[in-house]
Amino acid sequence: MTASIQLQRAPEVQYLLRLGDTCLILAQRLGEWCGHAPVLEEDIALTNVALDLIGQSRALLTRAGELEGRGHDEDQLAFLRDERDYFNVTLVELPGGPKSGGDFASTVLRNLFVATWAKLLWDRLHTSSDAEVAAIAGKALKEVRYHQQHAADWVVRLADGTVESRERIDAALAALWIYTAELFESDAVDAQAQASGLGPRWADLREPWLAEIGAVFGEAGLSIPKDSAFRSTGTRGVHSEHMGFILSDMQHLQRSYPGGVW
Amino acid sequence: MNLDPAAAAPTRVERAWQVLATVLDPEVPAVSVRDLGIVRDVIEPRLGDETSSVEGEPASLEIVLTPTYSGCPATEVIEHDVLAAVVAAGLGPAHVTLRRAPAWTTDWISDEGRAKLLAYGIAPPGPAAPDVAVPMRFFPRKTQAVALACPRCGSTNTERLAAFGSTACKAIWRCIACKEPFEHFKPI
Repeated sequence: MTASIQLQRAPEVQYLLRLGDTCLILAQRLGEWCGHAPVLEEDIALTNVALDLIGQSRALLTRAGELEGRGHDEDQLAFLRDERDYFNVTLVELPGGPKSGGDFASTVLRNLFVATWAKLLWDRLHTSSDAEVAAIAGKALKEVRYHQQHAADWVVRLADGTVESRERIDAALAALWIYTAELFESDAVDAQAQASGLGPRWADLREPWLAEIGAVFGEAGLSIPKDSAFRSTGTRGVHSEHMGFILSDMQHLQRSYPGGVW
Repeated sequence: MNLDPAAAAPTRVERAWQVLATVLDPEVPAVSVRDLGIVRDVIEPRLGDETSSVEGEPASLEIVLTPTYSGCPATEVIEHDVLAAVVAAGLGPAHVTLRRAPAWTTDWISDEGRAKLLAYGIAPPGPAAPDVAVPMRFFPRKTQAVALACPRCGSTNTERLAAFGSTACKAIWRCIACKEPFEHFKPI
């Protein structure tokens, strides 16, 4: 077994890992659909989205490692951290694949929530004071527009489709909505990012996000649910019970065969 | 490219550009990396550059590439192929640097590259949307702004089957006139 790396939790490192880990864990969840999606085109679509997300995550983890200054590269950061050193939002850990109790409706609805949020975040990171982050964002922004459009199309089709598809999208909305609040939680980490020009406060993304989700929901005949007091805490490193299982899958090879490459 | 009108023989940089026109994209082997606009620059090292450590060997030629998609698995293969071709042509040593900004866009695909894509059966991309807010449109509602011509029969009676295709850069369409499916290089 390879020992875990110890992360230097500087605010700018955490800020980048919150987005980078969110991309990484969502990609892992979407990868569960490979070979299992309802039709071949959607199998390809979900894994294509996952591939883009892994690319974005690789770039962000590399940059976070450089800012951390301990010589950690993207692979060490992806595979050798302990659970509490991952800072993704809890939403992307929730079961989504066919074998973990999720279904296609919850997958596309979560993709819509995350892609809409990521698009707004990448758009602001495009003018980051960190030139590397700005460059990564310029590319990611083009990709995430396709992700958002794909997810939005499906949310409309399922909500406006058959009785069963509507029941599934309603159930997905009821299950996922309370986790979206974390996408707009602000604290000292993003306050510092805003002050240094690295990136925006997440709280500032909430109004434009609600406007875009509202437009899709209007087309779909869905209503925005009421707010809840529940707050998930993945961005602070405190995860749901699902996270350990994801990491054991993801980390197994590097932990068992240290430094193994293709 | 620094063109010296007095020099008859092509410079190392000019020869490198010629070689790069023969390096094909591994996933769309109809077009070269030059056609796709992935090669952003070829830079002759300045005099006194210390990038070569071997005595008597010229300094390393810098080839600047820009990645197409963040997660495109062809990126590393392209790096390898580009270096191998330049070195095989006797223009080495060389090294590749990646330039992320400005982000690659399908607008950089040359006219020749577009013609090659079409001949290969892939509908070339239209102009990429400007980097501003793009309104969302909902499929399958009939809101496609520009009719895409079938690369086989030329009919514009076509429809999109899926937004994602066999590689990150393509979508799947079909022609209703000639009944054939075809791929579309997505504008990005």
